[in-house]
Amino acid sequence: MNIVGFACQWCAYQAADLAGSMKMEYPESIKLIRVPCSGRVETEFILQALLNGADGVFVAGCPVAECHYRMGNRIARKRIAILKRILPEFGIESGRVEFLQVSSADARRFVEFAEEFDRKIKKLGSNPIRRYSDG
Amino acid sequence: MVDVAIYLAAGCSGCELSLLDLGDRLADLNFRVIWASPTLGDGKYGRIPEVDIAFVEGGVRLDEQERIVRELRRKSDVLVAFGICAACGGVPGLANLHSKDEILEGVFRKGTTTDNPESIIPQKTVFVDGKYELTLPEFYENVRAVDQIVEVDCYIGGCPPTPGQIEDAVSRIIGGEVGWITTARAVCESCPYELGDGMEGAGRFTKIVSGECFLKKGILCFGPATQGDCGASCPKVNTPCRGCGGPLPAVSDYGAKIVDMLSLLLDEKGVEELGSNYHTIAKLIYLYSMASATIPGRVRKYHVREIE
Ligand code: SF4
Ligand code: SF4
Ligand code: SF4
Repeated sequence: MNIVGFACQWCAYQAADLAGSMKMEYPESIKLIRVPCSGRVETEFILQALLNGADGVFVAGCPVAECHYRMGNRIARKRIAILKRILPEFGIESGRVEFLQVSSADARRFVEFAEEFDRKIKKLGSNPIRRYSDG
Repeated sequence: MVDVAIYLAAGCSGCELSLLDLGDRLADLNFRVIWASPTLGDGKYGRIPEVDIAFVEGGVRLDEQERIVRELRRKSDVLVAFGICAACGGVPGLANLHSKDEILEGVFRKGTTTDNPESIIPQKTVFVDGKYELTLPEFYENVRAVDQIVEVDCYIGGCPPTPGQIEDAVSRIIGGEVGWITTARAVCESCPYELGDGMEGAGRFTKIVSGECFLKKGILCFGPATQGDCGASCPKVNTPCRGCGGPLPAVSDYGAKIVDMLSLLLDEKGVEELGSNYHTIAKLIYLYSMASATIPGRVRKYHVREIE
């Protein structure tokens, strides 16, 4: 499985980092990409990741009222909500994209989410784009 | 004088008619059409001459179209994707969300006005009177924009581009400009209404909101993300923009940009409303650009192989 996670540098990425220094483990399938703000992750980035064979993509930002740029995480959450409605029209399951809000101190929440998302993606199987292009 | 060829691929000939709409002003364009097919003339496929500029209208759906487009590429210095179908697939590109079988079934068997008692579906090879073999162009699984087949030098958006836009574009192309031939200003810039900082909701275009910005009134309008070479002709007659101008030049995936825009302008309730009001959001936001989207249609075996 291949999971791409876009994590904001203020909270989500910090939480993952903390998890690492606390020697907590999260699934190897997850490749984190550090971004300035979850709101910066354009829809096209997510579609590109899926096209290039990611089985799941998540965007992770700060808790509701704690975005460093005020609105970024709210925009990201709405973006994912809209995208979830569109993906099935392309024959891609909506569960392959997810949004997570996590505080920088909450390593446990990050790890729990990572494990749960990884389980969900495993259940969905590989991305249909990959399934087809692999033959 | 500049020699040009004009070819209609998977389009509707509306772009060519818009060119003809220039009337007398056509004479000022400083070009002569030396090959055209099939609408404006009956140029023979076997005798395509060398030209300075080739205008291709429409995307590519048939093997015949692919062959001619490749031939025109070889025979021309500048190849122009003329109109949004050629540039981004246009409305025919929406077919990519369905399989070839679904489309043929829908058109030739299940259409409400279809009268086909023998249930005949077009085939590549047919026998007429049981003895003459006839070969028809192959209907591909999906529609592609022209630049998915050959390299394209210039793009003109619009469905169709307006005569004035064509006049301006042709002189700029003859002058050597490449890429999107556009003012690169969004539709909103020539729209008389003012965009608010949020949307009231995501309703359908059913109520009249004369005199105000559609987005402000909670009706989807794609003006902010669309090239406005049309001069905002739709909002000016009280119709929301649906994006036929094409993506602003810095944008590669038009529909994805619309999602970005909506996630900014709508509140959570609006996002819910969008989902309940529209059952096929992809068909709406990619109305003119499905074939050139990042994921250019429904994920299917053959389809994805072709993207690679
Ligand atoms: S862009 Fe519009 S007018 Fe031109 S061929 Fe396509 S559908 Fe017809
Ligand atoms: S009506 Fe449409 S084109 Fe006009 S300002 Fe509003 S969004 Fe822009
Ligand atoms: S307003 Fe939009 S849909 Fe209407 S002609 Fe202009 S670009 Fe096309």
